[in-house]
Amino acid sequence: MNLTFAQIALAALPFLPLAGFAVNGLWGRRFKETTIGIVGCGSILLSFLLSVFLFMANLSGSFATVQVRLFDWIPVANGSIGFSLMADPLSLIMLLVITGVGLLIHLYSVGYMHGDAGFARFFAYLNLFIFFMLLLVLADNFLLLFAGWEGVGLCSFLLIGFWFTNESYNAAAKKAFVMNRIGDLGFLLGMFLIVFTYGSLNFDQVFTAAATAGGANNATIIAITLLLFWGACGKSAQIPLYTWLPDAMAGPTPVSALIHAATMVTAGIYLVARCHVLFSLAPFTLSVVLAVGVATALLAATIALFQTDIKKVLAYSTVSQLGYMFAALGTGAYVAGLFHVVTHAFFKALLFLGAGAVIHALHHEQDLRNMGGLRTELPFVYRIFLVGTLAISGIPVFSGFFSKDEILMNVFQHHTVAWGLLFIGALLTTFYMFRLLALAFWGEKRGHHANYVPMNTTMKLPLAVLAFLSFAGGFAGLPEFTGLNWLHHYLSPVFSDVTLHNEPHLSIGVELGLMAFTVLAIAGVIWFYASRFKHLQTRELNQLNGELPWYKKLPANKYYVDEWYNRLLVQPINRLSDFLYRVADTLIIDGLVNRIGGMVLSAGNRARKLQSGDIGIYLYVMLAGASGLFLLYVLLGS
Amino acid sequence: MIPLEHYLYLSIILFCIGAMGVLLRRNMIILFMCIELMLNSANLLLVALSKFHSDNSAQIFVFFVMLVSAAEVSVGLAILVMLYRNKPSTQIDLWKKLKE
Repeated sequence: MNLTFAQIALAALPFLPLAGFAVNGLWGRRFKETTIGIVGCGSILLSFLLSVFLFMANLSGSFATVQVRLFDWIPVANGSIGFSLMADPLSLIMLLVITGVGLLIHLYSVGYMHGDAGFARFFAYLNLFIFFMLLLVLADNFLLLFAGWEGVGLCSFLLIGFWFTNESYNAAAKKAFVMNRIGDLGFLLGMFLIVFTYGSLNFDQVFTAAATAGGANNATIIAITLLLFWGACGKSAQIPLYTWLPDAMAGPTPVSALIHAATMVTAGIYLVARCHVLFSLAPFTLSVVLAVGVATALLAATIALFQTDIKKVLAYSTVSQLGYMFAALGTGAYVAGLFHVVTHAFFKALLFLGAGAVIHALHHEQDLRNMGGLRTELPFVYRIFLVGTLAISGIPVFSGFFSKDEILMNVFQHHTVAWGLLFIGALLTTFYMFRLLALAFWGEKRGHHANYVPMNTTMKLPLAVLAFLSFAGGFAGLPEFTGLNWLHHYLSPVFSDVTLHNEPHLSIGVELGLMAFTVLAIAGVIWFYASRFKHLQTRELNQLNGELPWYKKLPANKYYVDEWYNRLLVQPINRLSDFLYRVADTLIIDGLVNRIGGMVLSAGNRARKLQSGDIGIYLYVMLAGASGLFLLYVLLGS
Repeated sequence: MIPLEHYLYLSIILFCIGAMGVLLRRNMIILFMCIELMLNSANLLLVALSKFHSDNSAQIFVFFVMLVSAAEVSVGLAILVMLYRNKPSTQIDLWKKLKE
């Protein structure tokens, strides 16, 4: 087999972090922190360099897609499922985000996790996560993608419960795992249906078969896409499976940044984008995706308005932004959704790491009520956080502006009501982000001491880089009318078959008008909050400490969704389990086993008496047996 | 020339005497003797039939049986002596405890 250099690079890409995991996992306890950091970051750095190399090679046109088959994995009816990797522009964009942001977060973790007993374990898990994530985006068939999908779920579980001595953290980890499993069930069923229908799991074969079969909106393809979307809902924390993500904030903050904001939760978006051929054939599913996305975006945004934990606000914000991405996918604007994945990775990682910096400085204080006035105390973090806030709010020229604007534009031409809801969501986003900024950094200091833990360079550098990316990342996808939407052109080969789906473009006038309208509204919200934040804040803090009015109490308590799930699903299942334990297990199964055991025992007790020790009886029996055999022989004849 | 049937009957009678002795007697030395009687009745049968079929291989087999039974008796008698040292009796019923 003659491999090109690109193929070798592709094959090596995911296995470098795996090697890092092995080294740190096996011998990390004996290493110094510096060594662990070098192994952990170094493996990701190499992967990142390889990604950049592949990306450059792809840009220069030396290949359109590159594929490498490492070995045959599972032989099935026609052909076999290979352990084979593939990189096309879609994968490459994801690669750059995963390894790039991953590298920065690894670097940040060196400072953040300094002195933790599980330092080596942490880096081993992070590297393992990157390995599975790379497997997920590089897979060229559904099964390998699923392997990566499960792997990142496992790493998410391990890292949420990283501080496993805390019981509630363990509960959060279990919750995330179980919720993901519910989603995975949908994914699995979807895969079964794909194999059943198309006889293959290979992306190329399935998509070609689906496209040639045609027939938009037939029941099979709707079922397949709905099941896949179910899986995506679990991984990407959409209604109804979103409740695990806010709880997942129990993990260390870099984990929240990497797994639960920048990369893993976007796996669902990636899956839908990867299967765009199938989804485009099922307009019904797309409208479901749109509806779920919009509902999640709005619901999570309202919950985020009332959270008092700095990470919880960001977590609900993540859920909400993921809703935006799904809304974009639901209108068939796959590029817009992916664009938001990229910019969101930048600014949400920045915000989480910034929050981590605050938490780090304040000796693991996460409650916003105990912050305030940090602007003068932590000026660097404040500036970082401000960039992130402006980016997520969608202030022009910051990255979030371009991506969110593209989504809103696409939704507007598709469905006006959805656009209206997302527009309100955007205002809410601005509001809760500025509320967060104000509670943490503005105003009076509230109950924290002055001895802040200083930050070292390994923490500052990633923040600075991410701040730059959050600012400038949006220029990769300038609005369509400028004709400079680089990302759109770059990804167009992947989505070539669906571009006609959203062909009728808005006129420049409408587009500019919408943009100006959104920006003005957002600016209005900012002006409103900034001008009277002191008044709003004192009122809110008083209310938070006392009794909230019902319309605030509802979202502040997350609409009691967890409680409803508990009452409607968890408790009945627990009761059923209890019933099965008492009746099926104790009574029937245990009863059966014990009864059989008892019978054998009593039979043995009776048989024991035959062995009396009286040799005469033995001899009689022996003779009787011998005579019997003889008689049998005579009677039956020879 | 004594016909074959006589040997057969004698052999059967000897075997039955031996078997009844084993079943009915409790003295261990008598038991041994009865077992020997049964073995020898079988030997007698083997030799008679060997002559009848003019096939000598059965006679060689008889020698084997005698040899093995002699060895067995020597071991058995040795055990018996040991038992007698523990309980000065040759009654087999006294050794029911051996079942444990």
